[in-house]
Amino acid sequence: MKLFQYHRPTDTQSALDLFQKNEGAQYIAGATNLLDLMKKDIVAPDHLIDISRLPLNSIQNGPLGVTIGALALNSDVAMHQIITQQYPLVAQALLAGASPQLRNMATVGGNILQRTRCPYFYDIAMPCNKRQPGSGCGAKEGFNRMSAIFGASDSCVAVHPSDLCVALAALDATITVKSAKQERIIDFKDFHRLPGNTPEKDNILEKGELITSITIPKNNFTKFHNYMKVRDRASYAFALVSVAVAFEIKDSVILDARIALGGVAHKPWRAYEAEAYLKGKSDSENSFKAAAALVVKEAKPLTHNAFKVKMAEQTVLAAMLAIFN
Amino acid sequence: MNHTNTISGDSTDRVDGRDKVTGTAKYTAEIPLPNLVYGVLVGSTIAKGVIKKIDTSAAEKAAGVISVITHKNSTKLFGLKKSKTAKKLDLGLRVFHSKDIVFNGQPIALVVADRLEQAQYAASLVKCTYEQAPHTTDFGTHLDQARPSSSKWLSDTKRGDVTAWSNAPFKVDQAYTTPQEVHNPMEMHSTTAIWEGDEKLTVYDKNHAVQDIRDTLAKALKLEKEQVVVNSEFIGGGFGSGLRVWPHTFAAIIAAKMLKRPVKVSVTRPQMFTMTGYRPATAQKVSIGATKDGKIVGIKHEAIGQTSEYEEFAESVTGITKMLYACPNLETNYKVLPLTYSTPIWMRAPGEATGSFALETAMDELAYSLNMDPVQLRKKNYAETHPDDNKPWSSNHLTECLIKAARQFDWEARKPEPRSSSDRDWWVGTGMAVGSWGAWRAPATARAVLDSKGNLLIQSATSDMGPGTSTTMVKIASDASGIPMGKIRFELGKSNLPPSPGQGGSVTVASVGSAVYDICTEIKQKLLDIAVETLGETYKEAKIEDVFLINGKMGIKGKPASLVTFADLMEKKNITEVEATKTSSSGEEGGKYAFYSFGAHFAEVYVHKYTGAVRVTRFVSCVDAGRIMNNKTASSQISGAVVMGIGMALMEEQHMDHQHGRLVANDFAGYHIPVQADVPNIEVIFVDKADPYLNKMGAKGLGEIGLIGAAAAIGNAVFHATGKRVRNLPITPDKLI
Repeated sequence: MKLFQYHRPTDTQSALDLFQKNEGAQYIAGATNLLDLMKKDIVAPDHLIDISRLPLNSIQNGPLGVTIGALALNSDVAMHQIITQQYPLVAQALLAGASPQLRNMATVGGNILQRTRCPYFYDIAMPCNKRQPGSGCGAKEGFNRMSAIFGASDSCVAVHPSDLCVALAALDATITVKSAKQERIIDFKDFHRLPGNTPEKDNILEKGELITSITIPKNNFTKFHNYMKVRDRASYAFALVSVAVAFEIKDSVILDARIALGGVAHKPWRAYEAEAYLKGKSDSENSFKAAAALVVKEAKPLTHNAFKVKMAEQTVLAAMLAIFN
Repeated sequence: MNHTNTISGDSTDRVDGRDKVTGTAKYTAEIPLPNLVYGVLVGSTIAKGVIKKIDTSAAEKAAGVISVITHKNSTKLFGLKKSKTAKKLDLGLRVFHSKDIVFNGQPIALVVADRLEQAQYAASLVKCTYEQAPHTTDFGTHLDQARPSSSKWLSDTKRGDVTAWSNAPFKVDQAYTTPQEVHNPMEMHSTTAIWEGDEKLTVYDKNHAVQDIRDTLAKALKLEKEQVVVNSEFIGGGFGSGLRVWPHTFAAIIAAKMLKRPVKVSVTRPQMFTMTGYRPATAQKVSIGATKDGKIVGIKHEAIGQTSEYEEFAESVTGITKMLYACPNLETNYKVLPLTYSTPIWMRAPGEATGSFALETAMDELAYSLNMDPVQLRKKNYAETHPDDNKPWSSNHLTECLIKAARQFDWEARKPEPRSSSDRDWWVGTGMAVGSWGAWRAPATARAVLDSKGNLLIQSATSDMGPGTSTTMVKIASDASGIPMGKIRFELGKSNLPPSPGQGGSVTVASVGSAVYDICTEIKQKLLDIAVETLGETYKEAKIEDVFLINGKMGIKGKPASLVTFADLMEKKNITEVEATKTSSSGEEGGKYAFYSFGAHFAEVYVHKYTGAVRVTRFVSCVDAGRIMNNKTASSQISGAVVMGIGMALMEEQHMDHQHGRLVANDFAGYHIPVQADVPNIEVIFVDKADPYLNKMGAKGLGEIGLIGAAAAIGNAVFHATGKRVRNLPITPDKLI
C-alpha cells in the first residue's frame, strides 16, 4: 500500500475544502471496500479524508419521505423503526448483504459507491477497462459467470454488487450530493450509469462531490414487497441474481408495481416494461409470470452466465409469489 | 494383540483451548524474534515462458527495503541448483533458481524490508517482462492427453472378467467431474528462517510434519538432520497443505542466509491458491453392473487427475472402489493430466473424497435403476473380506454404521420417488452414501519424564493441526498411567523431539497414541523396577498389570499397604525424575488383516423450486473408527469434515481464466466455503468398538472418514428432491434451475 496522508474533518464544509486542496484525495467512511482496493493496489490515494465524524448519520421522516444521512450505518438503518415499519423492503435488502460485522462498519453512502466485485477488476495482472481504461475487458471472453446480462458493453460486463441499491432503485430514492460550489439532488435511477465506452465511471458523481443523504419517498408498498437474493451459499456472498419487488394493490388489482434486479447489470436494474405491464392487472400468478418473462426479454447473456436469464425470470416470479403465500 | 481397552472416550475439553482463544498460543507468523525483517513474494503474471527482464530498481529504492531477491542474485541452494537434483529430492519449484515460468503466480522475487507494509508496497514496484510460451490450463478439454501415473504406490487393478458389468441386466455407466478445490485453512502459511552461521538453521514454519520438513530441508541444503530445526507448535488448520516444503519456505531460507538475519515470509490469501497446493480436479467414469436383486456383478472405475507440468502428483481416486463392495469383476484405471498450474498436494481424504463422490453417486443411480433402497443395496454388497486379497478385516462395522445412522435419520419414513416431497417453495430430498479410509499405523517414538511431584511430560515430534492431538495424547496418557490430565503435559511440533510421522492420512492416534500408551507403561515399569529393588518384599511378586498410579503414588491392586509416593521411591535411588524413551510400531498383525475405518452419511436437503438454491437441513454421520479416545474432539473432527463435504458438494470450485492461464477470484470473495448459515446441526454417532489389531487402544483413524461420501450423500439427496442428477460438482443453483 502506498503511503498516504490522513485527514479527519468534523464538518462537511471542511471535508469538501480538504478535497479541493489536496490532489489525489479520496473520501473514506466505513472503508469496507476502499481498504480492499488500496491493499490490492487498485486505488492509491495520496490523501484520505475520513468523513466518518461528519454529522451525517441521522434517519428522519420528513414531508416527502425518509431521509437517511450518508454516514448512517447499514446495521443501524436495517434496524431503525422508520425503516422497518415504513420501508421494510430497504431493511430486507440491507440484511441480505454482507455480514453483521461488515454492516456495522459500512455506511449507506459507501454502499451506493462501492465498486464492482468483478474478479478482473480486483487482479491488477488482468485486463480491466474499469480499473485501467484501454486495457480491455478480461471477463467478456474469460470467466463471466458473475457478469451482466443487461446493459453491458464491449468494454465492460461488470455488475454493481449492492443489495441496498436494488431496493433504493425500486423505491425511486433520490441522492443529495454536495460540492464546494453547490448542492444537487439526483434521481437514483440516473445516479449509476451503464458502462458504455467509459466503464471507469460507475456513476455521475463529479470529482469532489460528497453524498450527504438519500431520501426515499413515501409509498404504499409496506404491505406487498419482497427482496429475494440467490447466491452460491446461504449467506455472505454476492448475488447471482437478486430481486426487489413491491406492489400497491387494491381489491386484487395492481395499482403500482416496482421491480428492480441486482447482480445483472452495471447498475441496479429497473424492469420498467414489466412494471408498466402489471399496472391494472390482477395480482394473479399469470400476471406475475407474464411480467417475469418481460423482465428478461432483452437479456444478452455471455458464455458462462446464460443461467442468469432463467434465474432472473424465476426469481422475479418466486419473489412475487412469496408475497402472497 | 493384547487389547487393554482402558481409554474412557469421555468428552474432554482441549488442553490448549484457553491458550488458543486468548491469544496466548503463538502461531507461526506471530512468533516475535529480535532483528526480524519481512519478505513479500511477487508472483509472475504469465503462466508459462521465461523471464526476460526483471526490474527491481524502484523497489530497491523504496523506503525500508533491504533487499530484493530474484533468480539473478539469489544465493543458490544445493538442492535447487540443478533441476535433476530438485526432482530427485522432491523439492518442487526451483524458486529463484531458474528464469523459467511454469505457472501463473509463481514467485519471481522476494522483497525484504524492515516492516511488512514497506515490503508489501515495494513488491508492487517490481516490474517483469517475459517471453511467453503457450500454456495449457483447461482440464476438461485436454482429457485425451492424460498419461498413466508413474507413481510407485498406485496401481491399476484388473480382477476377474472386466467386461462383466456391461453384460449385467442392470447397469450404470456415467461420467462425473470434481473441480479444483483449495485447502484454505484459516491460518495462512508462513515461514521464519534463522541461520546461525552456515551450519545451523532454525525455521518456524506452518506445517504438520516437522520431521519430514526437516529431512527435506536438510537434503536440500546438504546439511545433517541435526543442523536443521523445524518448529510448528500451534497450527490453525492444514488439511494436508502443510505436508511439504513450499517455495515461500525456501525463499525465507535464502533471504535469511543472504542477509544474515531472521526473515519471515508469509503467504497472502490469494497466494494460498497458487503457492501451497490444492486438490486436483478429476474426471471420472464409473460403470456398475448388477443382477436384478441388486448383487454387483462388475465395476469399472476410470479416473483422470490434474497435476502440474513440472511434477507429478498422484492420488488414489479409484482406491475405494477396489475394497468397498464385494465384487468379483473389477477394473480400475487412473491417469494424470499435466497442466500449467502449480503442483497439487494431499487435501483431506485425498483421492477418496473425489473417488467416493463418483462411486457413491453411481451406486445411488444403480439403486434407482433397480428400484431398490440405496441402504439395502449397500448392505447387499457388503464385502465380508477385502475383495482384492480376501484378507479379513481387522474390524468392519459398516453395516452397523448404516443401521445406526438410518435409525437416527428416520430413513424408513422416506418415500423413494424423486420429487415426492415439498415444503412451500422448496423440494425436499434425502440421500445417503458410505465411505472408507485405510487405517494405518506408522512407527512413533515418545519420551516421558515423571518428576517426584507426579508431573508427567511426554514428548513426540507429531503435530496438532486442529483435531486436538495434544488433548487426545494427554488423555491417553492419563488413562494409561492413572496420572490426572492436569499433571500431564504433551509437547509436540518440534523436529528435535522423538521421531513421529507427519500428521496426514489419519495415522496420528493409532501411531503416536500407541507410543504414548506404551511409554506410560514403560514409566510404570521403571517405577516398579525401583520398588522391587528398594522396597523388598511388598513389590517382589508384583505384576505390571496390577500396578497402578494414583495421586503421586504407586500401589498394587488389593494391597493398600503397598502405596508409596513417587518422591519416596525416587529418593531411594537418589534421583529426581524417571525418564524413558520408546518406539512403538505394529506387530505381525499388520500383514494379516485389512485395516479400514468406515462411515455412513445421511443428508436432507431443501432445493428452491424457482431459484435452485440448495440448503442442507439435516446431516447424520455414523463412523466406525474403532474406539473413540475423546468424544468431544472426535465429534468435532467429523462435523468439520462434513462441513467440508457441504462445501465440496455445493460451492467449492477454483476457476481459471484459460486465456491468461491465471486463476480468477482466488480469494474468499470468489472461492466459497460454507458459512454458518450453510451448516445444519450435524449429528455424529460413533460405533465405538475397539479394533482388535491396529493398536492397544483399539482406535482407528478418523481425520478423513467424515468427508468421504459426504458430498455424494448431499448430491443423492438433491436428486431425490428434484429428480435432477448433477454429476459435475459443485451443485450450484445454476445447475438446478
